[in-house]
Amino acid sequence: MREMQTMPLDLIESFRNPKHIKALAQEIKKECKSKINIMEVCGGHTHTIMKYGLPQILPDLIEFIHGPGCPVCVMPKERIDHAIALASMDDTILATLGDMIRVPGSKTSLQKLRAEGRDVRSLYSPLDVIKIAKENPDKKVIFFAIGFETTTPMSAVLLEQTIKLGIKNLYFHINHVLVPEPVEAIVSGGDSKIDAFLGPSHVSVITGYGIFEPIVKKYKTPIVVAGFEPVDVMEAVLMTVRQFNENRVEVENQYKRAVSKEGNIKAQNLINRYMCKRDHFRWRGLGDIANSALKLRSEYAEFDAEIVFDEILPKEQIDDHKLCICGDILKGNAKPFDCKVFGKACTPNSPMGSCMVSSEGACAAYYKYGKFIGKGMR
Amino acid sequence: MSKKRITLSQGGGGEETSSLIKELFFKYFKNETLLKMEDAAVLSLKSDKIAFTTDSFTVSPIFFNGGNIGKLAIAGTINDISMMGAKPLYLTCSFMIEEGFLYEDLERIVKSMSEELKVSGALIVAGDTKVVPKGSVDGLFINTSGIGEVLKDGISAHNLCDTDSIIVSNEVGNHGACILAKREDIELDIKLKSDCATLWPMIEALIEQGVEIKSLRDATRGGLSAVLNEWAETSNVTIEVDEDKIPVADEVKGICEMLGFEPYEFANEGTMILCVPKGEEAKALEVLQRFEKTKKASFIGKVTNRYENRVILNTPWGSSRYLELPKGELLPRIC
Repeated sequence: MREMQTMPLDLIESFRNPKHIKALAQEIKKECKSKINIMEVCGGHTHTIMKYGLPQILPDLIEFIHGPGCPVCVMPKERIDHAIALASMDDTILATLGDMIRVPGSKTSLQKLRAEGRDVRSLYSPLDVIKIAKENPDKKVIFFAIGFETTTPMSAVLLEQTIKLGIKNLYFHINHVLVPEPVEAIVSGGDSKIDAFLGPSHVSVITGYGIFEPIVKKYKTPIVVAGFEPVDVMEAVLMTVRQFNENRVEVENQYKRAVSKEGNIKAQNLINRYMCKRDHFRWRGLGDIANSALKLRSEYAEFDAEIVFDEILPKEQIDDHKLCICGDILKGNAKPFDCKVFGKACTPNSPMGSCMVSSEGACAAYYKYGKFIGKGMR
Repeated sequence: MSKKRITLSQGGGGEETSSLIKELFFKYFKNETLLKMEDAAVLSLKSDKIAFTTDSFTVSPIFFNGGNIGKLAIAGTINDISMMGAKPLYLTCSFMIEEGFLYEDLERIVKSMSEELKVSGALIVAGDTKVVPKGSVDGLFINTSGIGEVLKDGISAHNLCDTDSIIVSNEVGNHGACILAKREDIELDIKLKSDCATLWPMIEALIEQGVEIKSLRDATRGGLSAVLNEWAETSNVTIEVDEDKIPVADEVKGICEMLGFEPYEFANEGTMILCVPKGEEAKALEVLQRFEKTKKASFIGKVTNRYENRVILNTPWGSSRYLELPKGELLPRIC
C-alpha cells in the first residue's frame, strides 16, 4: 500500500480564490501597456490557462504561446515504437506512466497492445515497478521512463533500489528530457515571437530557478517561474508586465513556496550519479536538439533496455503527418485553431500530432477547454 | 480449517446448486413469488405503464468503502427505474461466480443486497446462478433487471428548455474517487465513502409533494459531465452551471488534484441530476434536503438558448469553459 497525504485544502482553495484572481486581472489590465507574448513552457501551465479560462479575463495585450513542456507530447514516434517493440517481446512486462500508453506509435499504441494480451501497466509511482519485478522473477520487466527533470529523480531512485535489492530482471528505457535546452532552441531560432517565459514550477523545484539565468542574460528574455494554480499564473503574468514596465530582464520566482535558486541538490546528485546527457535527442515537433535529454551512464549498461535489447529496437526516424503543424505551435508561430486537421482528423482519441496526445498538450487543452467562443479562441 | 469456497458443481444445476439457492439466496431474498421456484415469475401490475431496465455490474474491487458489488447491483437498477418516475417493484438477479469465490464474501454481498432492497421495498422474483471456471470472470459479476410502475409520467431527457433549473442531489465524484483510490492501492488518510444509495425514497417524496420534474438521471459512469452533455444534446440547448455551486467533497478535490482528474467526470452511484422549471427549485431542494443522502442537494445552474448542444461551466472569477464529455480511459497525468 502506498500512502498519500491529501493536499491541505488551503493550498488549493486559496490559490483559486476568485477575489484574488479578479484583483490580479484588474491590476494587469491597469499596468499592461504594450503587447507581450508569453510562452508558458510547461504543459501544466497550458492546462491551467485553458481550464480556468484565464485569457478571457486578461487584456488582449497578453498572449499565451504554448510551449513544449509536455513529456508525452514531445516523444517522437520512433521512441514509442521502442516501447511497443519491447512490450511485444515474450515474457515481458512493460510499465510506464500516465497517458503514455494512449499515444500511437507508427503502427499501434501500448493500449492496443495491452488489449491484444501483452502485459502493459500504467503506474502512479515508478517505485511500484520494484514490486512488479519481484513478483514476476521469470519475466523481463521494462520501465519506460518519461518526464522532465520533475520525474527524473524517481527513475534514479528506482535504479538505486534495483541495484541495492539485487533485482536482475528490471530494465530501464530512459526518455527523460530537459527544459533549458529546448527553451534555448526556441528563443534562439530567430523567428521567435516570444517576449517572456513562464518558467515551469515542478521542474524548478528540482533544478532551482538559477538554471534559467544564462538564457535570460543571453537572449534578454525574462522568465518568471510560476506555480500551477490560477492565482500563481495571474501573479506571474503581473510580475512579467512589471519587468517590462520597469525595463528589467530577470529570472523571477513567483513559486516561492516550493522553488529555491539552487533547487533540490540531493535529487540533482542522484540524477548525476546514474544518468548523463545524450548528445542529441529528437523532439517531436521541434526536431533534433543537442544535449536535451538523458540516458543511463555506461556503467549501468546492464540495466539499459536500449543497450540490452538493441537488436529488436527500430532505428528509423518517423515524422508526423505533413498536415500537422505542431512544430509551429510549439515554437509559438501558430495556434491550434490554425491547423487544418485540428478537431477533425486529429482529436485526443486519434491524435495525429504531438500537441494532441496528452491533456497537457496545447491542442488537447484547446480541444477540451478552448472551444469556448471568446478570447480563449484567438 | 480452510474457508468454504464456491465450486463448479454449485453452478451445475444439480443438488449442490439447489442447496446453494436454498441456503443462501432464498434465505435473504425470500418472498412468495421467488419461493414458488417456477421457470418464470408471474406478476400482476396495477398500472399499464411500466418502466423496464437492466444493468450488469462488474466493479473491481468487489468491496469498497460505502458498499459492494451487490449493494450497487440493487441500487443501480432501482435507481434506473426510479429515474423514469416509476416505483420499483420487481427485480431479477443473475450471478456469474468465479470458481473458488469465498462463500462468506458471497453471503456478505447477498445480505447487503437484501438490506438495500428494503429501502425501496422491491422484491427479487427470479434469479439465476452460474459458476464459471477460474479466470473466466473477475470474482463475481451480477446482472439485475427490474420493472416498476410509472407514477409520474413524461420525465425525459428531451424536456429541457430555456430558463429551466438544474439541481444536483449530492456531492459529485465520491464513488469514482473511492474506487480509483482503492483500485490503485492508494491509502488515503481520509474518510471517503462511495455515495452508493437507493434514490427511490427521494423520488417518491418529490412526486408526492407535487414537484414538477422535467428530467431526471442518476449520474453514474461519466458523472455529472456525461448527464449534462447528454441532456444538452438530446434537448438541443445550452446548460450553464456555476462551478462554485457544484458540491464536491474536499477529499475528492484532493484526489483529483493529485492525479489530474475532474470530479465532474467521476462516476456516482447514488447522486442524481434534476431539471425542474424555473421557480420550482426551492421546493425541490426543500424536499431533497429532508433526506440524509441528499441533504447537500444544490441548485447549480440553468438552461439557456445561448448555443445548441453545449454545457458551459462558469468560474467564480468570470471566465467560462465548455464541460466536455469525458473521453478515453481514465489515466493519471504524470507531472
